[in-house]
Amino acid sequence: MNNNIIILPIIIPMITAVLLIFFNKQEKVQKYLSAVSSVINIGISVFLVHYVHTNGIISLEVGDWKAPFGIVLVADMYAILLVLTANIIVFACLLFSYKIVDYNRSKFFYYSGVMFLLTGVSGAFLTGDLFNLFVFYEVMLMSSYFLIVHGNSKPQLRETIKYILVNVISSALFVISVAFLYAVTGTLNMADLSLRVAELGSSGIIAAISIMYLIVFGLKGAIFPLFFWMPGSYQAPPAAVTALFGALLTKVGVYSITRVFTLIFLQDIAFTHTFIAWLAVLTIIFGVIGAISFSDIKQIVIYNILTGVGVILFGVSTMTESGLEGSVYYMIHDMIIKGLLFLLVGIVFSITGTTNLDKFSGLIKKYPTLGWMFFIAALALAGIPPLSGFIGKLKIVQGGFEQGEFVLAFAVLLSSLLVLYSVMKIFINGFWGEEKIPQVLETSQVKSLYVPAAFLLALSLFYGLGTEFISSYIKQAEQVLLSPDLYIEAVLKE
Amino acid sequence: MKKTGLKTNDLILQTITKIVLFIVIIFSFHLFFAGHNAPGGGFIGGLITSGAIVLLLIAFDVKTVKAILPINYVKVAAFGLLIAILSGIGSFLFGVPFLSHTHGHVHIPVLGDTHLATAVIFDLGVYFVVVGVTMTIIQTIGETE
Repeated sequence: MNNNIIILPIIIPMITAVLLIFFNKQEKVQKYLSAVSSVINIGISVFLVHYVHTNGIISLEVGDWKAPFGIVLVADMYAILLVLTANIIVFACLLFSYKIVDYNRSKFFYYSGVMFLLTGVSGAFLTGDLFNLFVFYEVMLMSSYFLIVHGNSKPQLRETIKYILVNVISSALFVISVAFLYAVTGTLNMADLSLRVAELGSSGIIAAISIMYLIVFGLKGAIFPLFFWMPGSYQAPPAAVTALFGALLTKVGVYSITRVFTLIFLQDIAFTHTFIAWLAVLTIIFGVIGAISFSDIKQIVIYNILTGVGVILFGVSTMTESGLEGSVYYMIHDMIIKGLLFLLVGIVFSITGTTNLDKFSGLIKKYPTLGWMFFIAALALAGIPPLSGFIGKLKIVQGGFEQGEFVLAFAVLLSSLLVLYSVMKIFINGFWGEEKIPQVLETSQVKSLYVPAAFLLALSLFYGLGTEFISSYIKQAEQVLLSPDLYIEAVLKE
Repeated sequence: MKKTGLKTNDLILQTITKIVLFIVIIFSFHLFFAGHNAPGGGFIGGLITSGAIVLLLIAFDVKTVKAILPINYVKVAAFGLLIAILSGIGSFLFGVPFLSHTHGHVHIPVLGDTHLATAVIFDLGVYFVVVGVTMTIIQTIGETE
């Protein structure tokens, strides 16, 4: 049986990106082509989710080289759900970009950059080979370097230098870690690695290598001591790009940590996973402190990324059924809601021309839809029951309790309150109060910006209210994470 | 290339370049086709071709070279990428895994028995990407002076 369909979510954006290079001067072609390809991609991802749901994990041996010698692409439920979510986020961000990215910027390959970014992200989710993961990370990072500097404003140039420096160093570390692991085990296929590392048993060198991977992926995913580069870098580019970064890039790092620590490094759970749990909780605490202390709405949302990353990782570190299930729920929720919040911040910015809370207030009188959209998004972010963040957090905390990590699980719970406070601060100071808007945008212009945000909001509502419908998919994703044998069997076909 | 005020005399360089250029480009084609079984291939071939164009840039200047070769190198790179991806997509038509390759011996009238591999199509894509990217980088750096 030929599983070529797995490659489609990777090559369709790639072909689109290449074609867009040829049509860089025709704005209309750029918009239609990217939108059509994005819709096709969502369709294929939905089909793949359905296919994996009925037929189980599928894998493709690229170039007909048998695993574990060649590179494999593996579509398990977790990966393919994330690919679908990523495609939806990209679609929403494209719709938003059509309104705010003008011709002067789009002719310099803006949409190609977005599509190459999607190529890298989908590839990183789908690959079953560690070195190939590195390659897709590079594809993703190259496009992100391009997008972060695109527009050439002064803060962008300054932040790009830091961003590139951090990522070049972490990429070098990535290759070094890959080389170490290869030297010890003699393979880079993740399924094969899982077997070989299990054979080696608990040894110091594997524990050391696992922490190296944690550092590498932690730098991309912005976990506790390694998040320093994020607030500045994500502040610089325009809202549509920040939405892409916030929703996709850090999540790829978190996904990689999840994959590696549920499939390969399982020998010394007492050490590695407790370590991750502590880092996760520290990430949450620092994220919350940052979110509360800033009065810049973009910074508040950026620090909330940290909190989200911490919550997901805490779920992973418990290694229990409910903890892992919760982390899958929360991952998808977090991607949607962060994309949505950044788009809303972008709308506020295009209305007021500032993201500083002290400079505007009383937006809700003129823009009631925006206000209520923000309100619902804020509630969903904090995890108020019927909305999308609730079920994930519930399961994660449940997993924490099952493991007896009461203090850490309580910290996760308490963080929800502070997250709620940090976003309600935006709502109270920015939307309520005396009407003070530095510049006024025509309401008709703003309305077209609502569409992508409303789309993501509807999705978030569906995700929260339709948990019943989604749960069987999430369950399937969690099972693979909990029992690596399923993954190994699908790849090596023993 | 630099405006130093002094008029540099590079007659020797220019004359030699006019001859050597073609040797270098033919050598790059040779290396390109040698690839897959022997050292060579699209990457090296592309680098040597861009090396030839860079030699032209050193002997003459950016403006002259642009007049001789009015090529948008960004599009060249994109064209190469397209070839490389399409060569992979061919696998969909034959129902084999993505990027699978095949090869065989074909009798061509003048060349005789020739060993052909589908990997060459992919390599041609790589060749164009390398030429396109290298020349884009060199031109952008050269132009800002």
